[in-house]
Amino acid sequence: MTLNAGVREPDEALYAEMGRFVDEMSKAGVLLATGGLAMEGSHVTASGGKITVVDGPYPETKETIISFALIQVGSKEEAIEISRRFWAIQGDGEGDIRQVYGGPE
Amino acid sequence: MDPRATVEAVWKLESARIVAALTRLVRDVGLAEDLAQDALLAALEEWPVKGTPANPGGWLMLTAKHRAIDRLRRDDRLRANLAELGRAAELEQQAGDDAFAAVLDDGAGIDDDVLRLIFIACHPVLSRESSVALTLRMIGGLTTAEIARAFLVPEPTIGQRISRAKKTLGDRGIPFEVPPPAERAPRLAAVLETIYLIFNEGYAATAGDDWMRPALAQEAVRLGRMLAGLAPGEAEVHGLVALMELHASRMPARLGPAGEPVPLLEQDRGRWDQALIRSGFASLLRADRQDGPYVLQAAIAASHARAREPGDTDWVRIAGLYELLVRQTPTPVVELNRAVAVAMAFGPERGLEIVDRLAEPLRDYHLLPAVRGDLLRRLGRDAEARAEFARAAELARNARERDVLLERAGM
Repeated sequence: MTLNAGVREPDEALYAEMGRFVDEMSKAGVLLATGGLAMEGSHVTASGGKITVVDGPYPETKETIISFALIQVGSKEEAIEISRRFWAIQGDGEGDIRQVYGGPE
Repeated sequence: MDPRATVEAVWKLESARIVAALTRLVRDVGLAEDLAQDALLAALEEWPVKGTPANPGGWLMLTAKHRAIDRLRRDDRLRANLAELGRAAELEQQAGDDAFAAVLDDGAGIDDDVLRLIFIACHPVLSRESSVALTLRMIGGLTTAEIARAFLVPEPTIGQRISRAKKTLGDRGIPFEVPPPAERAPRLAAVLETIYLIFNEGYAATAGDDWMRPALAQEAVRLGRMLAGLAPGEAEVHGLVALMELHASRMPARLGPAGEPVPLLEQDRGRWDQALIRSGFASLLRADRQDGPYVLQAAIAASHARAREPGDTDWVRIAGLYELLVRQTPTPVVELNRAVAVAMAFGPERGLEIVDRLAEPLRDYHLLPAVRGDLLRRLGRDAEARAEFARAAELARNARERDVLLERAGM
């Protein structure tokens, strides 16, 4: 699950609520890892055996993944239910749910 | 999205907490489970028509609670039982729906209730197979049909197992509590055994076509992680989680293209799941004691996971861990595993000495002659080795395994 763009500015209340949610999901055996990505980075293009590196941020993408949660659930619906709870805390914004290949379905 | 699938998804995530909170209210795990199932049926009827409620978990909780209160008003015996426990007034007081819905959000309180529920589902008065079914149903949120499918038995068999188990718990008046210190060790051992049985049922049978079987291993890992979150001070819980994660990490490499089992030392280690290996190591580090049987088995699995190539395996360390494990779990099968490790670490003669002491207790176990054949072959005693493999093939029940052994016997 990713958070690509959130509207709510993080404050103490959000951290506390999100902390409780993360704790609950970890105890439920569902949440495996969380992380955030810096807005700045390097963009790499490979072509004909050469790579070109350009400094970020990414001016052409409106949405940039800024944080993610790796969860293990039995179905897409379970993932959506967890996402629903996440957004109930986070407020407005958008993100994606993607399956990691290679793990159990 | 299919509303039915939504109900099932919410149920899977919430059932343990709902049944636990209801058990706290009515002090009868069987009744609590029935009430929770009623609420689930109500959701299956209502959500597809009226839409999914804004707070699905809270909706299920409230619906179940209303049914509990109805039941209490109708059922004099239950009211009398609860009055005796001084619980009836408390239940009526919680008539305010918000107060009750808040039960779900009351972190520590509900966590303790879920832990109590796990201890009840795995109570030693129940057979392990009953505990397995009850745990999957109440804590894992699986349906009876799903459990039956996973264990390859008819659905009514699982249904009966669950209702008998609930009746036993009721008849024996098993209290809703975390076991007192004097009982804690054996009670925890029963919980760990139940979860490990679920894991092995899924892990050992990955050859089956049915997706439910590997999913069972995944479910056991989830239950283990849940338990580790609820009882973080128990080293053996972390040991079990580590053991399951490390074994599960090998799942992608355990079967060959034709579905034949691939032995550990011949597996393509590049296919081992590195994320599971890392969580296995992390779980093992959380165990603050290193002498319990699950921690020791996890440490053995970790030694294999650490070796990039089979030749890098630290067999001396593994043989030492098996020696500690034999002291904890003195069974001939563990001793046979130790013999293999000792042979790898110190040479086949040393392994053979151990194997020969096991001839009587493992008389009918096909892996004894199979291991003996391996060791004899490494010592260059080929004729004896072939006889051992032939004997192993005779004892093996699995056709595929028998073929491999016959081939080694040169037959």
